[in-house]
This record gives sequence, C-alpha cells and structure tokens, in this order.
Amino acid sequence: MPDTQALVNDFLNKLKKRKIEGSQATAKQTAELLRSVISQTRMPYTNQASALIHSVKAVGERLIAANPVELAVGNVVRRVLHIIREEDLSLTTAAMAGLNLSAESDDEDDTDRDNHPALSAAAIAAASRSTLRPPSLQTLLEDVPDSAAVPHTSSSGGDSEGKSKSADKSSRSRKLKHDVIEAVNELIQDISTCRELIAEQAVEHIHQNEVILTLGSSRTVLEFLCAAKEKKRSFRVFVAEGAPRYQGHLLAKELVTRGLQTTLITDSAVFAMISRVNMVIVGAHAVMANGGVIAPVGLNMVALAAQKHAVPFVVLAGSHKLCPLYPHHPEVLLNELRSPSELLDFGEFSDCLDFGSGIGAPLLHVVNPTFDYVPPKLVSLFITDTGGHNPSYMYRLIADYYSADDLVLERRTASGN
Amino acid sequence: MGAQKKGATARVSEDPEELARHPLQAILLADSFTTKFRPITLERPKVLLPLVNIPMINYTLAWLESAGVEEVFVFCCAHSKQVIDYLESSEWSSQPNFSVTTIESHNSISAGDALRLIYERNVIHGDFVLISGDTVSNMSLTQALQEHKDRRKKDANAIMTMVVKQSKPSPITQQSRLGTDELFMAINPVTKQLLYYEDKAEYSKGFISLDKTLIADNPSVILHNDKQDCYIDICSQEVLSLFTDNFDYQHLRRHFVKGLLVDDIMGYKIFTHEIHSSYAARIDNFRSYDTISKDIIQRWTYPFVPDVLCGSSAIKVERQGTYRASERCTIGSNVTIEGSYIWNNVTIEDGCQLRNAIVCDGVILKSGAVLQPGVILSFKVVVGQQFVVPAYSKVSLLQQPTQQDSDEELEYADSTSGTGELRSDKLNGDIAPDLSEIASELGTGGVGYIWKVFEGAYDEEWRHSVAPIPTDKLVKLMLDRDEDEELLTQDGNIISASGELKTDSDGNGSEDDDNEDSRDDYVSFEKEVEATFLRAVHENVKVDLAVLEVNALRLSYNMASVDCGGAIFYSMMKLAVESPHNSASELHRNAADIVTTWQKLLKSFLHDIDEEIEVILKFEEMCLESAKEFAALFPQILHLLYDKEILQEDAILRWADEKEGADESDKVFLKRSEKFIQWLREAEEEEEEEDE
Repeated sequence: MPDTQALVNDFLNKLKKRKIEGSQATAKQTAELLRSVISQTRMPYTNQASALIHSVKAVGERLIAANPVELAVGNVVRRVLHIIREEDLSLTTAAMAGLNLSAESDDEDDTDRDNHPALSAAAIAAASRSTLRPPSLQTLLEDVPDSAAVPHTSSSGGDSEGKSKSADKSSRSRKLKHDVIEAVNELIQDISTCRELIAEQAVEHIHQNEVILTLGSSRTVLEFLCAAKEKKRSFRVFVAEGAPRYQGHLLAKELVTRGLQTTLITDSAVFAMISRVNMVIVGAHAVMANGGVIAPVGLNMVALAAQKHAVPFVVLAGSHKLCPLYPHHPEVLLNELRSPSELLDFGEFSDCLDFGSGIGAPLLHVVNPTFDYVPPKLVSLFITDTGGHNPSYMYRLIADYYSADDLVLERRTASGN
Repeated sequence: MGAQKKGATARVSEDPEELARHPLQAILLADSFTTKFRPITLERPKVLLPLVNIPMINYTLAWLESAGVEEVFVFCCAHSKQVIDYLESSEWSSQPNFSVTTIESHNSISAGDALRLIYERNVIHGDFVLISGDTVSNMSLTQALQEHKDRRKKDANAIMTMVVKQSKPSPITQQSRLGTDELFMAINPVTKQLLYYEDKAEYSKGFISLDKTLIADNPSVILHNDKQDCYIDICSQEVLSLFTDNFDYQHLRRHFVKGLLVDDIMGYKIFTHEIHSSYAARIDNFRSYDTISKDIIQRWTYPFVPDVLCGSSAIKVERQGTYRASERCTIGSNVTIEGSYIWNNVTIEDGCQLRNAIVCDGVILKSGAVLQPGVILSFKVVVGQQFVVPAYSKVSLLQQPTQQDSDEELEYADSTSGTGELRSDKLNGDIAPDLSEIASELGTGGVGYIWKVFEGAYDEEWRHSVAPIPTDKLVKLMLDRDEDEELLTQDGNIISASGELKTDSDGNGSEDDDNEDSRDDYVSFEKEVEATFLRAVHENVKVDLAVLEVNALRLSYNMASVDCGGAIFYSMMKLAVESPHNSASELHRNAADIVTTWQKLLKSFLHDIDEEIEVILKFEEMCLESAKEFAALFPQILHLLYDKEILQEDAILRWADEKEGADESDKVFLKRSEKFIQWLREAEEEEEEEDE
C-alpha cells in the first residue's frame, strides 16, 4: 500500500507540474497507476466490486483534480471503473447461470470457469454491456431475452450471492481482481497501439495525388500520413505552423525526413490554400460526447475554412480521447492559459508591462490559450482505433466505453471540497 | 498530442552523471533581512505572505523542485518558528526526491551571517543554488548549471553565475518595473563575465564612473541598464568560505558582489546567465509585490500559477481566465475596491473605498472608511467609521519601533521582530483598555497605530508603494528631467569628446543631446558644403554636378534647403575673403567674380523669399563675426546680389522691414544700406506709377 501511495503522489506531482504532456502518455500512465492501485487494494469479504470502485474513485478524483485540463486522465479513470463494473456483472451473471444450470455442484461451476475464464468473461461482458446503455434498435434485435433478464440479477445478485455462497465468494474475489487486471492490461494495450490501429486505415482515406492539410503537430497524424506513404501513395502535405508553439515546423521536418512532399504555411494562410486541399487531417486533444473537438488553438479557423470550401475535415483520435462529458458541462475545463512568453519576449516588452505608472495597469495584455473548440457540425469524420465514425455517433461509442454511473465523478469532487 | 511530449522529456532529462555525483542543493533564505515590508513583517515572515493567495515560499520551493534541485536548506531567522511550522505542515515535508531541511538561527542579521552559519554546518557539498524565499521563477536551471560547470572546469575561479533578465527601466523614474532602482552592469559580451555592478547609482551626477583597467583588460565591454537582477545565483562552495573569510560581508550584492569585483580577491570571477523566455523576479518591495502578483495572474510564471500550485480546488481558473478564490471575507454593499490586495478574513463594511491598498488578515473597515492609495493595513487593524487613512501610510497594531539604524537595508531583524512578537501578545491581551487611547489615531472605534514616516523618506515612499505612481509625480519628474537635460546640454560640449561611452553609460541616454547634436550637425554640414564648394572651384566642376553634390550632403545631414543656401553663400564669401586682395574694391571684385561664376549654384537653392532672407541674415552674421572686412562692403554686395537676380527686391525689402523693429546695434547694416533700399523703394513706386 505505501508504495502505491508514493506512486500516486509522484504521478500527481507530475500531472500538477504539467510534466507529462500528451494525452496518450498520460492515459497510459494513468491506466498503469490504476492497475497497481487495484492490485494493491485489499479485497473485503463482501461487495468487492464496490470496494474496488471506491479505491479507484478515490485515486481518480485526485488525479483529475491535479490536472483538470487533461481530460484523458478522467477518461481512463472512468473506463477502469466501467471495466470493474462489467467484470463484476459478468461474474454474477455467470454465477447465476451456473446456479441455474447446475445448482447442486458449486465446485464444478468454479472449475468450469477457471478453464476458460477470458472467453466467458468477455462474452458475458459483451452481453451485459447492452444492459448499461439505453436500448438501441441493434440491441433490441440482437438479444431481447438476455437484456431483459440481466438487469434484475445485476442489482441484487452480488449481495444475495454473498450471503448464500461464502466459499464461492473467496474464489470469486480473487477472480474479480484477476479479471479486472486482465481487462486493464487490455486497455493499456489498446492505448499503446491506438496509433497503429488508426494509421492502418490511412490508405482508405488518402488517395493518389491528393493534397492534405494539417495544423500544428500530432504524432497520430504523423503516423497516419507515413502509413499512407509506406503504402506507396503519393500525395502532398500542407502544414500550418501552429503558432505560437510552431510545432508545425517540427512536423514538416519529420515529414520531409520520411520522404513526403511538404509545404509549410503560416496559420493565417490556411484560408488562401484551402481551395487546393482535398482533405484536412488533424489530431485532437479530446473529443467530447457531442462530437465536438477540443484541439490545439487555430483549428476552429481551419475547420471553418474547410467548411467554406467543402473540404472534408477529419479528426484522428484514439479512443482514450473520447470524453463522456459535454462541453457545456461546468466541470469541463476547456482551456489552459499558458505563459505569454511563448508569444513575445518579456524583456523586450517589459516597459509596456509596467504596472507602476499611470493607471496602475499596463495597456498591453497577452493571452495565450492552448485549445480551441471545434463544434461537431464542422467535423466530417472521426477516425478512432475502432474505425471511422460520424460526430453524431460519438455518444454511442461513449456508451460502449463508460457506464453512466461514473459520469458524475467530477461533480462529486467539486461539491466534496 | 504526441508531439507535446518532446518538451517535457527535454526538461526532465538532465545530465545523469552530474546529478549522480552531487545531488543538486539549494540554500533558500527565508528572510530578506530588510524592513521594506514592515509593518506586516513584524507579525508574519515575508516568505509566508500570500502572493495571489499562496505563500511566497511555495513558488520558490515549487520552482526549485521542478528545476531538479533535490535538497533545499531553508534558512529561517525572523519568525523562524512560523516558517518551520508552516513547512512541516505543508506538502513539502513529504516529497519524494526533494528534501527540505530547515536551519534556524536567532542571531543572524544579514545574508552574510546566514551563509557563514551554513558554512559552519558543513552541509553543502558542491555547487548550489542561492535564492531568497521571495523569488518567483519558472526558468530551467539545466542550461545555466551546465554553463556554470563548464566554466568551472576551465577556470576554477569562476565561482558564481548570476541570473539576469532583460527589463527596461522607466526613463522617468529611473526604476525598474519592480520598483527597484535602475541597475548598471558591465558585462563582457563574449565571456559573460560580470565586471561592474551598481544598483545605487547617483542620478544627480548624471554619469557613472568605470575603472580604467576594466576597459583596458577587456576587449569589449557592454554596459547595461536594462537588465534586471533575478537574485538567483548558482554558486560554488567557495562562495561560502569567502563569506567566512570576509566576516564584514553582509549584503549579497552590495558587499559580496561588489567586493569581489572591486577588490579582485584572488581573481575570483562572477558570470552572468541571461534568461529570455522564462520568468524570474524577486519581491523586494510593495511595488514588486504588486507587479509580480499581476504577472502571475497574467500567467507569465506558468506553470507556477495558483490553480496549478494549489492542490485543492480552492482556486480554479474559470472560463475567461478569471480566478475565483474563497477568502472568507465579508464585503458590504456600495464598496469600491480598486487594485487592492485583500487577504483572508477581512471585513469591509458598507460604503468603504479602497484604492491600491494592501489589507492583511483580520482587518475590519468600519462603514465609510476610505483608504487612499498606497495604504498598508497590517493584521487585525480596525479602521473607524468615516475615517480617511492618508496615502502611503502604514498602519499596524504594533507601535513603530524606534529606528536604530539609519541603513535601512541592514536591519537587525531578529531583535526587533522578537520583541515585536512579544508586544503583540501583550497588546492582544489588553486591547480593551488601550482602545480609547489608540482610537484617536484611526477614528472612532479604530484600533492601530499609524506609523510615522521619517523625514526625507516620505519623498521616496511612492517609489516602492503598491499604488501606481501618481500622474502629478510623473509630470514633475518629467520636468525635472528636462531641466537636467538642459544642464547636461550645457556640459555636453565638454563631455561629448568621449561620445560613445557616454551614450551607453549615461542612464539619460542619447536623446538628451539632441539639441546640441543638431547644432553640431549644422556646423559640420557647413564645413562639408564649403569643402565641396572649394573643390568645385578648384577643379572646375560643372555647376550641375555641384548642385547634385550639395543636395546629397543636404539629404545625408537631414538639412533644409534654407540651410544649403546659407551654407553655400557662406562658402562663397569666405572664398572671396581668403583669395588675395589689397583693398576693399578688390575684395568687392573678387566677390563679384565668384558670385557671377556660381550664381546658378546659389540660385538653385533659393526657391522662395524666406530662403533669400536667410542668405541676407547669414551675410549679416558673417560681417559681424567671421569676415569683418565685408562690413564696409555690405550695401555693395547686396546690390551685386540684386543685380545678379539672386535676391529679389521683395526679399531685401522684407529684410529691411523686419530689421526696422530691431535694436539699434542690429540696425548697423540696415543703416549702411539705407540708400540702396531707398532706391529700391523708389524704383518700385515708379514702376507702380508707370503701371497706372
């Protein structure tokens, strides 16, 4: 326990000092941290799932508070919570099913599940997932009888089980933890391979002799473009430099070393160039539940330009960037104001920033926001590791990944303090 | 964003070898050893004063931690118990890889004493960062540290690297935006060695003096007045032993730095490291408290901004970048607060007015109280109803200690503050009986003493106050400066021989020579024109070419064509005087010859009457000063010019009219040419008559 505590503190510190940058790294580290938190949590005799949820939530709240702008942290915390719930659910339904089928032999049931645990858990999780989201046409068609039966057992199953079958319980408690850790491992795997998965789809979207425009720099975009290049597509890339951090310069350099025909333009030249562009491909900081995108500053302008000239605006985002919150949600911090020194040199302008004379405030103010918000109507397509999606489809994806109970995580934090 | 990671890894990756050998240490002086923050500092140490709601020391510690420092020694002196208690209860005591150790002392009265004590403890084992607990920064130490180490390898005498930052001082008040005096530094631009440091230059003198050897020894020296000392130093161990060897060193800058620079002890050298994009500043006085607070709110210190530093969600940057903090303050209705700092648990009743004041914890402003700009209210002061606290006054529950030392910097902080604490306890105990006695000072129901400002100090009060400098002060300063300039211009001719150095070294800078410069310019322009003209005469240059050349000169000297006409005429007449002649008539012939040959040149610069009048005036001036021989010939030459149609009769008549009202002495030439003018007038009349 103490060493997880130290790990948590260390990670909190890093988050606070903004030492980890990039959603993917943050997401991965959060997941790894939560994995160790789960493995260190002592399991009580009854109600293990809620114990796990409780400990993950406790850590998660602190992590989110440490850097509220990095939405990936909250996303991963919620996904881990969702995993716990799902695994718990799958175990109880399996136990119920086992009870129904072979009510006499408890031992057999256990051994049976031990033989092929991953298979059964996954299958039941998939089935139970449908119970967590509002019924869609698809689920209604697919498994009507199951979804009707499961909710009833899930709510009361854990407790009634615990009373009747204590021997089963202890094995199941170990089982739950084991399954959850397995699933979190899968999540970590997903996060670290999301770029490749996204890049695999590149050839379907980038065609011969096309002109692609991007702004700033995103590793996902870089790999996406390179994947298309490797498949012998020949196309050109316009890179808008992405003031004030000018990461577009780095991207252009990287693209050139990979042998791509690259043109660097200023951000303000985007509108002038957009008519020659076939497709805009950009990365995102986070994708909100309504399909809106929080992205590096300047992207809204690009999206508007693209809309004006009917150029498809494609956003690449790993599934860890899907945020179950809506941008109008008061807890969502849409922006971070970085140091104005990225814009101008303090020394050169220090005489304009004198507070000491005149009215006591300088006439010069410098504001340096990091992010822009692109409304869903400006986005043509999202490409995630699970494929291409419409902005209007985002909430469905989110329902797959998160359970509705966890969305309020942050509200509790805010009112708690 | 994947690419954002790069910055992070670059910042974290410090040379592992170097760090492995010596964990980087830092000495943090949790006492500034000054009295500038009195009376607040009598009750609470300066480093614990809230800066945008967070105690100052947190900014410093957070920076040290993120800059890769692993061990910090916090030197506490005044109110050491408060500092130690705070640190123990704060998060800093439980950080992994970052240890905070406190060193307590009760008899240190200066930074020098503190460093001597630390030397005795023998805890510093390598290079260390010396910083005071009121410094805010977000710079990366990696590069500065590397530079320092590289220099050390080459030259063991490079014992200290000072961090400086560009910051232009205000030309009017001669102080930086932090309220400190203008700082002069001489730096060798190649090696970055610091050669001269002066933070208390005397402006009345208008110049600073540098040691001659300084310029002799260094191939190039740049004198800066636009650098700000960040008070972040990277020191080698020798610094500590130097303080021990020179037991009279008290002040870090005034004694130590200057001592090293002036006395040249054992050839030790100090270098500078300039930071550009990052921020660093020290809170030295109330003005810098104000400035740095605002810088923090504007996020220059990112990531050390309150919403990041403060772990709890007490402070959050909300949308539109407004900060919201829970302060437990009660503010009544109809209250005006402008540019003020209000700390915790403050009660402000209805109808109060606060302008640019600092209001400490627990203060109560009764209804209708008015704080004028620059007021400091220390802890728990109560201001009575309708009472107006005069500008720049400092109010405290504690009585003002009698000043023992005229040198404000070298306060015996411990002794006074110790008694201060005692007294405060006593005061809190029997506040009720005292009430009536104190009440008079702060209106009815008021509690607290208004500190008296010492004679002479009052003038300086506005310089360091939280309140912006009032406009009338600025205007007054501006006027003073103009007067100074005039003085300087008079001296200018003598000093200007050292031209270049002066413009650099003098804070007032190049502009103040403008007047004198333009006169200088004209003289040299005239000389140039003359030379050109003479060349034209001797080499028989065509008139067109000469016109061209003079025109070029006119442009390069930025002169009007009026000046050209005068200058050319002057050169012509000078030539006439200088060419051999025996009598006045011969001189007249000379002049006539020259005028005839070069009339076209002269004419091409005389476009209107004003320019022609200028020529006459010039001629007059010549006759009086440089070429007195012409004095007798004045009317003849005038006639000659008229004949050659260089001067129109209008010009001559107008000149005459202008001169009519002048002094008798000025009329000499007018009288001499009276006949000619008379003739001109008559000719005119005749013409008019003919016309009729």
